[in-house]
Amino acid sequence: MAAITMSGLTKVYPNGVRALNALDLQIADGEFFALLGPSGCGKTTLLRTIAGLEVASGGTVQIGDTDVTGLPPGRRDVAMVFQDYALFPHMSVRDNIAYPLRIKKVDRRTRHGKAAETADGLGLAELLERRPAQLSGGQQQRVALARAMAYTPQVFLLDEPLSNLDARLRLEARTFLKRLQRDLGVTTVFVTHDQAEALALADRIAVMQGGRIRQVGTPVEVFRRPANTFVAGFIGSTPMNLIPATVRDGGIDVAGAVLPIPETAGEVTPGESITYGVRPEYLDYSPAERAGALSGEVVVVENLGSSSLVSLDLPGDAGTVQVVVPEGDEPQPGDRGWVVPKAGRALLYRDDELVAAPIPAQPAGANR
Amino acid sequence: MNTTVSHLLGRIGRYVFLSAVLGFFAIPLLWLATAPFDSTPKITTSMPDFALDNFRALLDNPYAVESLLNSVWLAGGTAILVVVFAALAAYALSRVRIPGRDALLYGLLLLSSIVTGTATMVPLFELAFRLNLIDSRLGVILIMSGGLLPAAIFILKDFMDSTPTSYEESARVFGASPLQIVRHIVVPVVRPGLATVAVWAVANVWGNFLVPYLLLRSPDKAPAAVIMYTLYTEGGQADLRLLSTFSLLYSLPVVLMFIFVSTRYGFRFHGGIKR
Amino acid sequence: MVQATSSPDTTSDVGTEAVPGARHDGASPDAAGLGRARAAAFVVPSMVLIVLFLVLPAAWTIYLGVTNYRLTGLAAAHPEIVGLDNYTTALGDDRFLTSLGLTLQFVLGSAVIGQAFLGFAIAWTLRDRRGPMRRVVEAFVLLAWILPGSVVAFLWIALLDRDAGTLNAVLHTPGAAWLLDHPMLSIIVFNTWRGTAFSMMLYSAALGNVPPSHLETAKLAGANTWQQLRDVVFPRIRGHILTNLLLISLWTFNDFSPYLITAGGPEQKSEILAVYVYKVALSGGQLGFGSAISFLMLLINLVLALVYLRMLGRRKEEA
Repeated sequence: MAAITMSGLTKVYPNGVRALNALDLQIADGEFFALLGPSGCGKTTLLRTIAGLEVASGGTVQIGDTDVTGLPPGRRDVAMVFQDYALFPHMSVRDNIAYPLRIKKVDRRTRHGKAAETADGLGLAELLERRPAQLSGGQQQRVALARAMAYTPQVFLLDEPLSNLDARLRLEARTFLKRLQRDLGVTTVFVTHDQAEALALADRIAVMQGGRIRQVGTPVEVFRRPANTFVAGFIGSTPMNLIPATVRDGGIDVAGAVLPIPETAGEVTPGESITYGVRPEYLDYSPAERAGALSGEVVVVENLGSSSLVSLDLPGDAGTVQVVVPEGDEPQPGDRGWVVPKAGRALLYRDDELVAAPIPAQPAGANR
Repeated sequence: MNTTVSHLLGRIGRYVFLSAVLGFFAIPLLWLATAPFDSTPKITTSMPDFALDNFRALLDNPYAVESLLNSVWLAGGTAILVVVFAALAAYALSRVRIPGRDALLYGLLLLSSIVTGTATMVPLFELAFRLNLIDSRLGVILIMSGGLLPAAIFILKDFMDSTPTSYEESARVFGASPLQIVRHIVVPVVRPGLATVAVWAVANVWGNFLVPYLLLRSPDKAPAAVIMYTLYTEGGQADLRLLSTFSLLYSLPVVLMFIFVSTRYGFRFHGGIKR
Repeated sequence: MVQATSSPDTTSDVGTEAVPGARHDGASPDAAGLGRARAAAFVVPSMVLIVLFLVLPAAWTIYLGVTNYRLTGLAAAHPEIVGLDNYTTALGDDRFLTSLGLTLQFVLGSAVIGQAFLGFAIAWTLRDRRGPMRRVVEAFVLLAWILPGSVVAFLWIALLDRDAGTLNAVLHTPGAAWLLDHPMLSIIVFNTWRGTAFSMMLYSAALGNVPPSHLETAKLAGANTWQQLRDVVFPRIRGHILTNLLLISLWTFNDFSPYLITAGGPEQKSEILAVYVYKVALSGGQLGFGSAISFLMLLINLVLALVYLRMLGRRKEEA
C-alpha cells in the first residue's frame, strides 16, 4: 500500500495533442480516488501513465517512496482492471486469476490455491472452471477484480469499472466495489465519466478538463462548493443554475430580484458583473410571492420520481432557473413561481472561478 | 391459376437446373470414388466390382508412398515457416506503428498477387539454380513461403487488429515480458487465425504442381502432385489400379482438412482480399 | 451548459480519450511493449523471404527479358544485352500472338462467362434453400475446387477419353476425340468446372447481404425474376461482381493446369501463355525470350490487380 504523488506530469502525444498538462496530484495511502471528467479530458491517459502503459513526456510519478516514472508497467506493483476487463478468453477463470502469480513464477499448486481462495472471497467459487465467455458481465468484472487482487499490488487502477454493466447491475456492483475497497484498504484510483458514480464511490475526486485538474476534493466539497463553473456544471445530476448577476450595495441583482450576498462569498465590489450559482436541489419553490426570491414563469415540469424538476423563465434575458420541487407541490406550466436559495448554498463566480470566503469550518479547502 | 402454373414451372426449372449442375460437377468425380475399389478399373466410370486389392499397387510402386511423404514434408515445412514468420511479422505490424506500414503491406500484397509462379517461372528457376536450390526440397519450401507470406501476414494482421490490446496491456501490468505475452496471450487468442493460415498454406503447397515440377529433378524427391502427373503421362499404358488408388489417397487429406476447418471454425470466407 | 449526466459513448473512449486521432486503431503505439528493435526483428524473416523469392524474381524478369540468355550453349555462359529485341520478336511472332488470343478466349470463356455466370446462377437458385439438396450441390462444386490439380486433370483426361471416356458413354458419342478436336473448349469447360466454387461462395455471401425486404418489395410490385435481378440484386452486389471478375480473371490468366491436360496441344491449339512460357523458356531453353513474355504477363497481372485495388479503395471510401 502506498500513496501516489504526481508532479508536473505532462503527456504529449506524437501528433502534438497535450493530454496531460503539468499536472500535480497527490493520492493518499488507502484512498479510493476518482478521476472524473468528460471524454477527452485526459483521465484515462493519467490512469495509464500511473500504470506505465503511457510514458510521461515530463514530470514524475511516485508510488510510495519509489519514483516509478521510468519503470515499465510490470515493475510498478500496480494492478489494473480494464474497461473491457481484458479477461483472457482462452483461459479458465482459475487460470485467469492465477495469471499474475504465473508471471511471478509461483508454483502451480500455490497459485491455484490462491486463485481459489480469492475467487471464494468474491463469490466466484462455483465458476472456477468456466471460460470468460460463459460469465455474465457482473461475474466477469469480479473475475477481473480477483485477478488484480491475486497480484496483491500496492495500487489498484480501475478504468471505467462500471461502464460495461447494464444499469440495474451497476448499482449493485457499485456497492460491492465500495465495500471491497474498504475491506482491502488498498489505494485505488478509478476513472469515470459518470459524476454520480464518482460521488457515490470515491473518498476524493479529481475533476479534469483538457488535461488539467479543475478541482480536487471530497464528494461533498465538489458537490457543494464547485471551484469553478465547469465543475459546477459537470457535477450533479442536474447542473447548477448559473445566472448572470450584478453586485449592488448590500445585495446582488439577479434577474431583477435583489438577493443577499451569499455568506460563502469573498470580497465583491459593488457594480461588478458576477455569476450567481445555486443548485436546483438547494432552491425552495414557493407558489406565493416571497422576499429575497427569484421569480419567473413555469415553463417545463419534469417528473423525477419522488420529486420534480421545474424550469422557470426568468424576466429579461437572464435565461432559465431550475428547481427541484418535492412531490405534491408541483406547479403547472404557466404558473408564476418564486424560488429562494437555502442558507449557505448559493455561490458566486467571477470569471468562472469561485469567489470563496476563507472558511475556517472547512480547513481541507477546495483546492490543495 | 396462372400464377400457380408459372410457380410450378419455376420449381421444375429449378430442379432441372440443379440436377444438371449436380451432374456436371459430380460425373468427373465419380471415377475417383469407384475406380479405386474396382477389381478391374477402367477409364470409364462404372459400378465397382468391390475389392481393396488395388491399394497393394501403391506399395509396389517405388515412388507412390514416398511422394506422399514428400508432399507432407513440403506442405508441413512451408506451413510452419509461413505461420511462424507471418505471425511474428503480423504481430509487430499490428502493434507497433511503423511509418508506411499500410503502404508496405498493400504493396507486398499487390506484388504477391501479380508475381505468380507462372509469370516468374524463368527467374525462379534461375534463382534456384544460382542459390544451389535445384533439386532441393528446401528450395521449394522457401519459394512457396515467399509467395504465400504477404497474404498470410495480411490475414493474420486482420486477426491481430481485431484482438483488443487490453489483453496484452493487462498482462504487461502484471509484469509479463513481450515474449511471455506472445506465448501466453497472443498465440492462443489468434489460434483460429493461425489454423486458417496453416490450412491455407498446406492446401496451396499440397496441390501445387508447377514449383516442384520446375525445381525437383530426382523422382524420389518429387511430391505427389508431380508423381501423379508422371503416372499418367510417362511410359505406355497407365496402371489404372495405381492411378486410381493414388489419386484417392492423395486427395483425401485436403478433403478431410477442408471438412475439419469448415466444421471447427465455420467456413470463414475472406472473399479474396478482406479488409 | 456543460453536459452533466453520463455521456452515451461510454465504450468509445476506452484508451482513446484526450487524443482524437492519435491512436486511431484503439491501441497505444506499442501495446505489448515490444519496442522498435524487437518489432523489426519480428518482421525481418518474412521480409527476407519475400524480397528474395518475390521481389527479386520480378525484378530479374525485367533484366533477363532484355538479354539473349539461354539454358545451354554459348549464350548461357555469356548472355548479351539485346535491348528490346525479345519484345519486338514476340510481338511479331505468330505463335505468341496466337497464344495471347487463346489466353483471352480462355479467360473470357472459363472465368468471365463460365465461372462467374454459373457461380451466380447456382448461388441464386440455392439462395433461400436449406437441406440436403443445397448441401450436396455445394459439396460437389467445392470438391472440384479443393482437389489437387494433377488429380482433377487426370479425372478430366479420363472423362474425355476417346475410346473409353465416361462422357462419350453418357452422350452416346463413341470415338469423339474431345481433347484432339476441341482442345480449347475442353480446357475452358474444365476450368469452369474447376473454379466455379469461388464465384458461387462469393455470390452466396453477397446475396445474403441483399435485404429480403427489398426483394419482397419488388415482388409485390410484380417484378419478374429478371427485373428483380436487374433492379434490386445487381445494383447491391455490383462491388462483389467486380471483385469476383477481377480475381478469377487474374487466377485464370495465370493458371498452369491446362498444361496437365493438353500440354498446349495438339499443334499449339490450346497453348495459352502460361504453357507457352514454359515451353519456350524451360523446354526450349530460351530463358531471355521467355522472360520477356513473362514480363508482359506481369504487366497484364499488374493492370488487373491495380484495377482491383483501386476499386477496393473506392469501395472503402464509399463505405
